[in-house]
Amino acid sequence: MAARRTTKKPNVSKEELLGYYRDMLLIRRFEEKAGQLYGMGLIGGFCHLYIGQEAVVVGLEAAAKEGDKRVTSYRDHGHMLACGMDPGGVMAELTGREGGYSKGKGGSMHMFSREKHFYGGHGIVGAQVPIGAGLAFADKYLGNDNVTFTYFGDGAANQGQVYETYNMAMLWSLPVVFVIENNKYAMGTSVQRATKSPSLWERGAAYGIAGEEVDGMDVLAVKAAGEKAVAHCRAGKGPYILEVMTYRYRGHSMSDPAKYRTRDEVQKMREERDAIEHVRELLLQGKHATEDELKGIDKDIKAVVNDAAEFSKESPEPAVEELWTDIYTDSVPQTEDA
Amino acid sequence: MATEILMPALSPTMEEGTLAKWLVREGDTVSAGDVIAEIETDKATMEFEAVDEGTMGKILVAEGSEGVKVNTPIAVLVEEGEDVPEDAGQDAGQAATESSAPAPATQNGPEGKVAPPATAADAPAPDTSPDWPEGTAMSKQTVREALNAAMAEEMRRDERVFLMGEEVAEYQGAYKITQGLLDEFGARRVVDTPITEHGFAGIGVGAAFGGLRPIVEFMTFNFAMQAMDQIINSAAKTLYMSGGQMGCPIVFRGPNGAAARVAAQHSQCYAAWYSHIPGLKVVMPYGAADAKGLLKSAIRDPNPVIFLENEILYGRSFEVPDLDDFTIPFGKAKVWREGSDVTLVSFGIGMSYALEAAEKLAEDGIEAEVIDLRTLRPMDTDAILASVRKTNRLVTVEEGFPQSSVGNYITSVVMEHAFDWLDAPVINLTGKDVPMPYAANLEKLALVTTDEVIEAVRKVTYR
Repeated sequence: MAARRTTKKPNVSKEELLGYYRDMLLIRRFEEKAGQLYGMGLIGGFCHLYIGQEAVVVGLEAAAKEGDKRVTSYRDHGHMLACGMDPGGVMAELTGREGGYSKGKGGSMHMFSREKHFYGGHGIVGAQVPIGAGLAFADKYLGNDNVTFTYFGDGAANQGQVYETYNMAMLWSLPVVFVIENNKYAMGTSVQRATKSPSLWERGAAYGIAGEEVDGMDVLAVKAAGEKAVAHCRAGKGPYILEVMTYRYRGHSMSDPAKYRTRDEVQKMREERDAIEHVRELLLQGKHATEDELKGIDKDIKAVVNDAAEFSKESPEPAVEELWTDIYTDSVPQTEDA
Repeated sequence: MATEILMPALSPTMEEGTLAKWLVREGDTVSAGDVIAEIETDKATMEFEAVDEGTMGKILVAEGSEGVKVNTPIAVLVEEGEDVPEDAGQDAGQAATESSAPAPATQNGPEGKVAPPATAADAPAPDTSPDWPEGTAMSKQTVREALNAAMAEEMRRDERVFLMGEEVAEYQGAYKITQGLLDEFGARRVVDTPITEHGFAGIGVGAAFGGLRPIVEFMTFNFAMQAMDQIINSAAKTLYMSGGQMGCPIVFRGPNGAAARVAAQHSQCYAAWYSHIPGLKVVMPYGAADAKGLLKSAIRDPNPVIFLENEILYGRSFEVPDLDDFTIPFGKAKVWREGSDVTLVSFGIGMSYALEAAEKLAEDGIEAEVIDLRTLRPMDTDAILASVRKTNRLVTVEEGFPQSSVGNYITSVVMEHAFDWLDAPVINLTGKDVPMPYAANLEKLALVTTDEVIEAVRKVTYR
């Protein structure tokens, strides 16, 4: 199946389009700010930016309903913002402060929100894949119709536990959408240098799992594919694989000199395939918004991100007593459906 | 408004770098994302992108400059038609210290909480209350039956509890621990898995995050090495990494340690491995009543629990109280035999050597106090310290390898908190420092034996 890009007259309302624009722009501006704070030494360690891949999470969130779960790898800021987590809380976790989602104890790669059904933020490549299937196992066991979006990259797609999970997810018809965010590079190794498989989603066929390739630079194509996958899961047909073709503009992490690809390659993607520009064009060409209205949105987003950055600087470092808390618990915080 | 462009930190360890090359000149217009300079870090040469848009007003640090500290202003960006402020770059030296995060707190808490938290008290005060009311009727039960009953009782009690693993359902358990559970609870709650330890351990962790109470059986803990990442990185650490939001109530259980003649890959004891990890609770019962009461506690516990059983003990019978519902708390050791001459501390199958040795030593007038730790994390160090204060001598007994053993840790606690009460060096008895051999005679030599316990006691009592 070839990648597709939505052409003229998308079946989507003006409000929806504006919402996607806003959500994607929030991720981009947030990540740019995070890169800036990293440069200033306010964020430490590993920091993996999502710039370029925004349409993937925004499109799939558009296909989700309340109660659906999501779990991903360490390139997780976009997923958190897209599911409605507070930008200030995320940024303050990046700066390692008390106001962060994990009280500063998790950092960029390890954040969670039970309220928004976001189950991490996992630092070990591929480990979130069986965890995602386990979340789906719980939902099936509890008899609700929730679906779990389990995100992983093209690099993780070569981990053994992914295929152990495919096997069991199909065996037990678990309601899980496996989302392969194929951004073409596993750190510095291109997909072609890591596998001879012509496509990653087709590997699901070995386990009887259906799937397809999706244009990840087109939020509407992602949404349409997400709706199809979710319907498949909710109908009790088991897992579904979406290989979403996307591209990260920045390095693997902040310390990546990105010598494995040319500047031209990155520039070409930015100029010709940028997901935010695409929605911007749809809005302007369809006369759903004026330049001035979009400028207004840009301004609003900038303010939200600046507020988040301010909060992340002002929030104090965690109290030293926090070193010794949250190692064991007396009771498990439960989700409402458990 | 003019914006200072600061020397960026481009890796987790970068403190200064070389401004290798400017790719823009004063007066050039730049947009966000434009590469404006090349910077050599401690790792590589990196392209440095502009964050804001504007005109390059002034370059403050010339290309080729080495040792430029992170956060030093390196250029000034101005808006169209704006002039570069007079004082631009004058605070260059200060910027690095001023703009970084508040001063880091001291490494240890105000009380210097670095010592093992449970052992700080001067006078050890172990919990010596009875595990069940005196006069409770008892009956004989094997460890196998006790474990089976514990799971069945907890599955009746809590609908969220389910069991998964290899051959747990239709085969009725590779060691028959799960016999009958499929019949009573059905395939929804007693789930046969393919042979895929890493995968199903991770699915168990996800199910626990999702609100269930999984019991994950490993056919033996030797196979759980395949699943180690999920157990340690996902199950044990997530509560901490989430700032307390995400608990992982899960039990990983199965036989551990040497069975008989199954050689190196099927005979390892993981007690020391798991008890190393903050976030895990580690249980290793010996008798049937403990196996039952501790497994029930494990299933109810909101934290990840490693429950280490032993194949040789499965068939042994012990007295078990005839109570509808009893549990044994974690962190409470059991004194199997009181004595005044030496303290023997063990757990799991090591207890059978310790108890047998104590019987034989008593014939020669040496009275050993035998303590069964029952749980390794949390560990009842108070019980050990109280006993050492009485006997002044200590021998630990376990089947695992000698280096970094559980006994080594116990020794360190005793050295720190009961040094003045010791009349002899502590001896740690362990399995030998070799992979388990297959040959019957060599296997016997590799394991710890009753005779070795007796010999060690004679050494520390000088008798």
